[in-house]
Amino acid sequence: MLGEGILKGLGETARNFAGSFVSAERLTTVQYPEERIAPIEATRDFPFLVYDGADWEAGLRCVACQICEKECPPKCIYIVKSTDKKPDALGKPQIYPSRFDIDISVCMSCQICVEVCPFEAIKMDTEFELSTTDRFGGLLYDKKELAKSNEHFHKIHPTEAAEVDARLAEEKAKSEAKAKGAAAAAAAKAAAGTVAASPATAAKQTIAAAPTSAVKAAEGDKKE
Amino acid sequence: MIEKADQIFVLLGHWLVSFLPGPLQHPAMVLLGVVGIIVTFPALFAITVLLERKGLGRMQNRYGPNRVGPYGIFQPVADGIKSLTKEDIVPLSADAVVHFLAPVFLVVVVFMGYAVLPIGRNMTLVNMDAGLLFFFAIGASSELSVFMAGWSSRNKYSLLGAMRAVAQMISYEVPLLMSSVAVVMMTGSLSLNKIVDAQNQYSYGLPHWYIFTPWGFAGFILFAIAATAETNRSPFDLPEGESELVAGYFTEYSGFKFALFFLGEYVGMLGISGLGTTLFLGGYSAPLQVLGFVPSWIWFFAKVMLSMCVFIWVRGTLPRLRQDQLMNFAWKFVLPLTLLNLGVAGAWRFMGEGLLRWAVCSAILLVAYVLMARVGMKREHFGPRSYRYAE
Repeated sequence: MLGEGILKGLGETARNFAGSFVSAERLTTVQYPEERIAPIEATRDFPFLVYDGADWEAGLRCVACQICEKECPPKCIYIVKSTDKKPDALGKPQIYPSRFDIDISVCMSCQICVEVCPFEAIKMDTEFELSTTDRFGGLLYDKKELAKSNEHFHKIHPTEAAEVDARLAEEKAKSEAKAKGAAAAAAAKAAAGTVAASPATAAKQTIAAAPTSAVKAAEGDKKE
Repeated sequence: MIEKADQIFVLLGHWLVSFLPGPLQHPAMVLLGVVGIIVTFPALFAITVLLERKGLGRMQNRYGPNRVGPYGIFQPVADGIKSLTKEDIVPLSADAVVHFLAPVFLVVVVFMGYAVLPIGRNMTLVNMDAGLLFFFAIGASSELSVFMAGWSSRNKYSLLGAMRAVAQMISYEVPLLMSSVAVVMMTGSLSLNKIVDAQNQYSYGLPHWYIFTPWGFAGFILFAIAATAETNRSPFDLPEGESELVAGYFTEYSGFKFALFFLGEYVGMLGISGLGTTLFLGGYSAPLQVLGFVPSWIWFFAKVMLSMCVFIWVRGTLPRLRQDQLMNFAWKFVLPLTLLNLGVAGAWRFMGEGLLRWAVCSAILLVAYVLMARVGMKREHFGPRSYRYAE
């Protein structure tokens, strides 16, 4: 009969109206500034730069290879390579970014920079309360604003951070083993090749060769 | 004491004007009444908007506005300040004068309807003999304002909205009038005061409201449908359907002019609720004889606010109609039923007291309703589209 559906609908809205006063699970609204729900682990918005250790400037993993800058679809990353080298967190001398800016008003949160970074240096953040009264400068983040510790990374994306740490540790172990092997090989070669030569020179060569070859091996490993 | 509470506003007015010299007393009394109406109904409008936003929220399982003041009760104040301070933009190609006049005209017209509404005992601003006629005449001219707004904006959405509004309002004006004519037939008067007096009687402690008769009940439902369409409320809100026409005829309005349209719409709703209350729900009379001690104006406002709640409830329930459904409903269902209802009202009048007229009138209306629904509102099933030339 005509009107039956209307009555049914009116009943449904009345039930919802009354129900929202008595049952808490109907009202799913989270009253945001006072109440918050923890973001899910896959949440991401804008990238940040990971650093190890306590000093953000020394500990930056970024070596200014500029891959992310080239791959960024909206071109929101701006990097200036340093002219000198500085020791990184592990003590190896590396090129570092003398400038690293991300314009988050341009960034589209695509995560491509994270996917292409060979050094696990750039990751996605979950911070979303980024409003500012300065729409140009306030949204252009420099190196200092972008740098966040590995602990922060662990806090926001625990699973991914654990994987990254495991991978880095493995690589480090591998490169150390390789360096050790190379050093040993060089030493053996030196020892074998300089049978006729005086033992003094042989010893000198070994000492000189060991550190350089280790560094080279480590660098080669990373670039792969 | 009861009498004094009932007449408090009348007595207050008389006391205030008694300080003036004789010839000024009557105009001053009229002015006081006008001021009273212009203050009261926008206040009710604010309450209604808040009720609507909170009520719709609850129907959709959310809180509604709850930030401004405790439970968000100052939300209308914040909205008012916002619309007053907003920039008022007039499109370059718009007809500036008409564009400005449209909202003003709407508000003026809508307030004029209240002149004849009996808000309480002895509380009618103008006790006109043809009060009902005046209300409808004034109510119909709000269409002009809508069309002024749509035409002067020079915007295709505004114009489409105005076209829809005019088509809809003219279509539903007929059943609106026809359903009220039944009341006029029974009362024998166009005066709204006389209509209320005719309903303000009790037998066995129960009121003689027209809604408690078969023709009155049918008339009230039809009146409510037509009134909803007349005030452009959901589900008949095609003229301002935001998913189709941005905002319909007030697309190009911003700031205070937009607020005036908003005010006009809601005050119009309150007015038509007041008219429905007067015609079918006994106006300012109490629902039970024992409740007669409560001041009459309280009953009037209670009934008006109740019908506003029903408006909100319906808005929360029904989706918007399509244009052809709207027209079919008006001309093929509502109008025939109102015409039949006139006949039924006549039969009721001349069949004398007794159960027989109840049985006969209810049966006629019920059968007609079922038949009309079966035949007139039959859902059309369209087959696959066929082309004659474009094969």
